[in-house]
Amino acid sequence: MKNLQQTLIWLTIAIIGAAAVGGIALQRGESINALWFVTAALCVYAIAFRFYAAWIAATVLEVDPSRATPAERLDNGHDFTPTHKWIVFGHHFAAIAGPGPLVGPTLAAQFGYLPGTLWILFGSVLGGCVQDMVTLFMSTRRDAKSLGQMARDELGALGGTAALIATFTIMIILISVLGLIVVNAMKHSPWATFTVSATIPIAIIVGFYMRYFRPGQVLEASAIGVALLLLSVVGGSWIDQHPVLHGWFDHEGLTLAWWIMAYGFAAAILPVWMLLAPRDYLSTYMKLGTITLLAVAIIVLQPSVKMPAITQFIDGTGPIFGGKLFPFVFITIACGAISGFHSLVASGTTPKLLSNERDIRTIGYGGMLLESFVAIMAMIAATVLDPGVFFAINSSAGVVGKEAADAVAKISSWGFPVSVGQMQDLATAMGETTLFARTGGAPSLAVGMASIFGSAFGQGMLAVWYHFAIMFEAIFILTTLDAGTRVGRFMLQDMLGNIWPKMGETSWTPSAVITSAIVVAGWGYFLYIGVIDPNGGVNILWPLFGIANQMLAAIALCVSTTILVKSDKLRYAWVTGLPLTWLVIITSTAAWQKLTSADVRIGFFAGANDLSAKLASNSLPPEKAQHAPQLIFNLHLDAYITLAFVSLLWLIVFDMLRVCSRYVSGKSVPPLSESPHIPSRLVEDWVRD
Amino acid sequence: MLLSKLKIFWRGVRQLSGDDAYERYLRHYAQHHADTDTPPLSKAEFFKQWQDGLWQGIRRCC
Repeated sequence: MKNLQQTLIWLTIAIIGAAAVGGIALQRGESINALWFVTAALCVYAIAFRFYAAWIAATVLEVDPSRATPAERLDNGHDFTPTHKWIVFGHHFAAIAGPGPLVGPTLAAQFGYLPGTLWILFGSVLGGCVQDMVTLFMSTRRDAKSLGQMARDELGALGGTAALIATFTIMIILISVLGLIVVNAMKHSPWATFTVSATIPIAIIVGFYMRYFRPGQVLEASAIGVALLLLSVVGGSWIDQHPVLHGWFDHEGLTLAWWIMAYGFAAAILPVWMLLAPRDYLSTYMKLGTITLLAVAIIVLQPSVKMPAITQFIDGTGPIFGGKLFPFVFITIACGAISGFHSLVASGTTPKLLSNERDIRTIGYGGMLLESFVAIMAMIAATVLDPGVFFAINSSAGVVGKEAADAVAKISSWGFPVSVGQMQDLATAMGETTLFARTGGAPSLAVGMASIFGSAFGQGMLAVWYHFAIMFEAIFILTTLDAGTRVGRFMLQDMLGNIWPKMGETSWTPSAVITSAIVVAGWGYFLYIGVIDPNGGVNILWPLFGIANQMLAAIALCVSTTILVKSDKLRYAWVTGLPLTWLVIITSTAAWQKLTSADVRIGFFAGANDLSAKLASNSLPPEKAQHAPQLIFNLHLDAYITLAFVSLLWLIVFDMLRVCSRYVSGKSVPPLSESPHIPSRLVEDWVRD
Repeated sequence: MLLSKLKIFWRGVRQLSGDDAYERYLRHYAQHHADTDTPPLSKAEFFKQWQDGLWQGIRRCC
């Protein structure tokens, strides 16, 4: 009887889910209610979690609740500590959820809401969640080793080195594109610039408070910090209207870029407690709080999605970034569907807290489901805007023209009507001078969020909500930026330590300063180029980041597939093999197009040649001609980086195939590095109270 | 009923943020190291080590 009831419930969920997905896919009217998206997502997630994830855990991975986890065996009261399932879930989610799932869907909305939404839903349940969960499992079985170490142990030195290089380069590209997004959000916006800069002294105050004034009073200090942050959002309005202070915070993109580089350098060498750790607290509260608020607002308000299901830009002529639907929607939305970066958190960091293997499904698979839901909300926030407004905010001046009248004429000619007056009214309501060409996704997401929050909690506060949303995005972008620079510094110190051991001493000041400077110079260069690029820079950097991130995911899946094969589970290898195959197809296709396409907006070489020809024939306006040689050099550099990425990827894929086929044909391979089975002695109610 | 739910929630918030890290350390100390001669660290000293240790690996992502 109970069984029948269960079956009926799941059957109902399946039918509702299918109806919602079908509704989204087939809707061709004026607008569609956002609740359809939420319903479709929740049903797909529920079914995937209940059936697919459970099957993977029980049959493919054979998780063993009686086996002691590294947290139990190596418990030291510091980093290895058995922790309650939901606390680990919180840590894991806070670590994996960054600005990626917010920005990617916003950019991909240029194809219409449908392609991005379907990829977020099915990419996550079949790809991203599987990757996170399987990596978490593999690392848990190997004393919480990192992905790089696992690659070295299971594949060999080649795989390990490739994983290390991939991680370092993805970090550089990621930080530069994130820096660019913040710069575009602060450019000539004294309010946003003030609010974002205020987060730095506020973090320092919080840092001193919890280190010296009231040591260890984390929540107390954070509460003060959050209050100060909110005050700075409101205070920005006053700065904006002040005749003198206004000028102090009104800057060109390039000036802001230099400041961000200086900030990144400072954050990498200052002690963590002073800037990095307190900032991270504040950003985590802001992130969790705002995401919850957004979910509540969307469910209560049920806004209408005005973007068409599919736009004409699937043919590759999109104004936000060039490139056809396939493969670029899959590259643009990396986080939110499948993100290689997560495998770095799922190995090494999270397994040190896991008290029982049975929690792997909830934390690995479930954590990624929640991130996917964040991406769905970002998609909703981007598509509730009038499409004309959406394109006006996100299209760079290089594509639609510098003058407002030209831009609206061009965007309206695509069939997305918008007027100068409408954009001006919107900018005024948001407390900005202009919203044209604010590329990078953050401003349009902030407008979307502000209009959702505004209709939930009062229209009078629109400008405050807009700057709150900008602050919310900027604060955790900067957290990724400073944490990433610091991790990059440690990785570089580690690598250089192999050549000159003294450089490997992380606390030796000259080493810290030199390596931090190298890392900042690395991402600072791409940030600089992005800022001077008249086409906005995001259109080049974001696909590069997407390719790098998907490549890292492919590496993680290669390691997992190898381990499955070596564990005599060849018949289940498709669980990781299928998403891996898909990733190899999309990254290789995207890289191929980026290298060989004759379209100047897609192909790096085509773009460089076009610019060279224009420069030679003196047909460029002087302000463009000035930067053209740098842009040409950069396009060549991007091409070689892409080539390096895709070669690295294929190298690892072949290494995996080599190890797997050797194993299958009975030849010698590196042995499985799994730790021995030790029965768990943790009493159930002790950790799970 | 509601009060106990709130208590559990509050305990979760404290644990997630690390607000109760020192209390957990003292409990760990009492269980595993009570027989040694070295006294447990002071709250300020423990907090220093704990915070510095948190940032060794990759903790934030995109």
